[in-house]
Amino acid sequence: MTRPAIELTDVSCTFLSEDGGVHSHYTAVRGVNLTVGTGEFVSVVGPTGCGKSTLLNMSAGLLEPSQGAVRIFGEPLVGLNRRAGYMFQADSLMPWMSAIDNVSAGLVFNGMNKSEARDRAAEWLRRVGLSGFENSYPHHLSGGMRKRVAMAQTLIMDPDIILMDEPFSALDIQTRQLMENELLALWAAKRKAVLFITHDLDEAIAMSDRVVVMSAGPESHPIGQFLIDLPRPRDVAEVRVTPRFIELHTAIWSVLREEVLKGYQRNRGN
Amino acid sequence: MNPLKHAKRMAFRLRTWQIGLLVMIFVFWHVMTKPGLVPAVVFDNDAQAAFFFGEPLEIFTRIWEWFVTNADIYVHLWTTLVETVLAFVIGTITGGAVGMWLALSPFAAAVADPFIKGLNSMPRVILAPIFAVWFGLGIASKVALGVTLVFFIVFFNVYQGVREVNPNVLASARMLGASKGQLMQYVYTPSAMSWVFSSLHTSVGMAFVGAVVGEYLGSSKGVGYLILQAEGVFDINTVMAGILVLTAFALVLDWGVGLIERRAMRWQPRAGSSVTLKGGI
Repeated sequence: MTRPAIELTDVSCTFLSEDGGVHSHYTAVRGVNLTVGTGEFVSVVGPTGCGKSTLLNMSAGLLEPSQGAVRIFGEPLVGLNRRAGYMFQADSLMPWMSAIDNVSAGLVFNGMNKSEARDRAAEWLRRVGLSGFENSYPHHLSGGMRKRVAMAQTLIMDPDIILMDEPFSALDIQTRQLMENELLALWAAKRKAVLFITHDLDEAIAMSDRVVVMSAGPESHPIGQFLIDLPRPRDVAEVRVTPRFIELHTAIWSVLREEVLKGYQRNRGN
Repeated sequence: MNPLKHAKRMAFRLRTWQIGLLVMIFVFWHVMTKPGLVPAVVFDNDAQAAFFFGEPLEIFTRIWEWFVTNADIYVHLWTTLVETVLAFVIGTITGGAVGMWLALSPFAAAVADPFIKGLNSMPRVILAPIFAVWFGLGIASKVALGVTLVFFIVFFNVYQGVREVNPNVLASARMLGASKGQLMQYVYTPSAMSWVFSSLHTSVGMAFVGAVVGEYLGSSKGVGYLILQAEGVFDINTVMAGILVLTAFALVLDWGVGLIERRAMRWQPRAGSSVTLKGGI
């Protein structure tokens, strides 16, 4: 049996904070068991503030769990996850570098010589539809274009795992659907393990092989998972109106809605 | 009229008005100080105004002598320029290094905090005579004064620039595999440099002030020295000439800095971000 790409076993994460001398702690997630198989596209959905990003950061090695184990392809994770690429929600491109320098950055960091890295970066920019914009700076580009540069920057490294934190939530709906289709097309070429965080249930179902629902925070944990057996290749706009999609949507939403309301109530009560 | 022509016309109008205003000021100055042209209003007799304010024609004669006839100002201009540039470079490198170090070592920063605040609050121009005693009347004491002025500006800007690196950008670079040295080169330094460039005008200005004030308080060369000598014999025309030369010099420096700034800040969305000036005199 092949080892899963990501395996979180009984993972908890507690944050300590000091607010004007008062120490408090907040447990974002507790007792989480989650696996992502090689080549599997898994989405995690849940109400706001339920610790989805915490799970992602632990898988990336940016955060250490307070309890439990994180295993990457069977090996315990120590330090940064070198086999993963990460796409952030907010802008993470280096603003002082042009598009092509941003895309080639990862290759340069890992020792490739600059001209070869640039050639590859130019090729990737062409693949994401940005040829002609190699020398533009991020602030010259629209939000969608910046996301495409970020995608190229991440995928050029050919990581075995792709971690994505609501990467398209800041875009308008039309651009978002374009980007979702782009991502699926690029992913289809070499199916990597993907862990995709989103609020958008439609997006999650349209894109993934499996959807995991998290409970409301604090001490959030998965409360359900659903296999998405929609055939590939999918177009994210068209798949939404198929009967099977609607069935899945109804089923998942019935679980998710409870948690969203719970999360809302808890925030109101505070 | 097409927009480009319109813009050029507006710029031409602007320049005309500015030059016109400058000429008017000198004409007024001349009229008020040339003995015999205007009856004395403030002073006892009409020769005294020239004594206090100098006469433009005399001033321009002196400038002409400096630059053309005797051509003896160049060694002084050069001295002042060298002092300014040295103060700027040394102040920037030391301020940048210390700012980078403290931004990346929170404990060292906490320990150093009151000392830095104290040193910054001290009116450092007072140090000029002390520097003269320590370093002599040569350029070293002027450079030292300039450095104390430039250091704090650059320090505070680099400190903020490094601490305020966008955490997503930093995490992204780390995930892409950047080593500590690469993070320094590709993330921290560019982030800090953008803050430094936005304060470049002020730092260069301060280096210049340090040079001239240092010369003024004791020197044997430099434009500040020329002004000092002239004041000693109440030669107001030379003093004014010196001030005008310094002003023109400062404008040229400023223009040069503007060129560098525009080139270095190409990647920023807005030119000239507002920076709180924490360094002071």
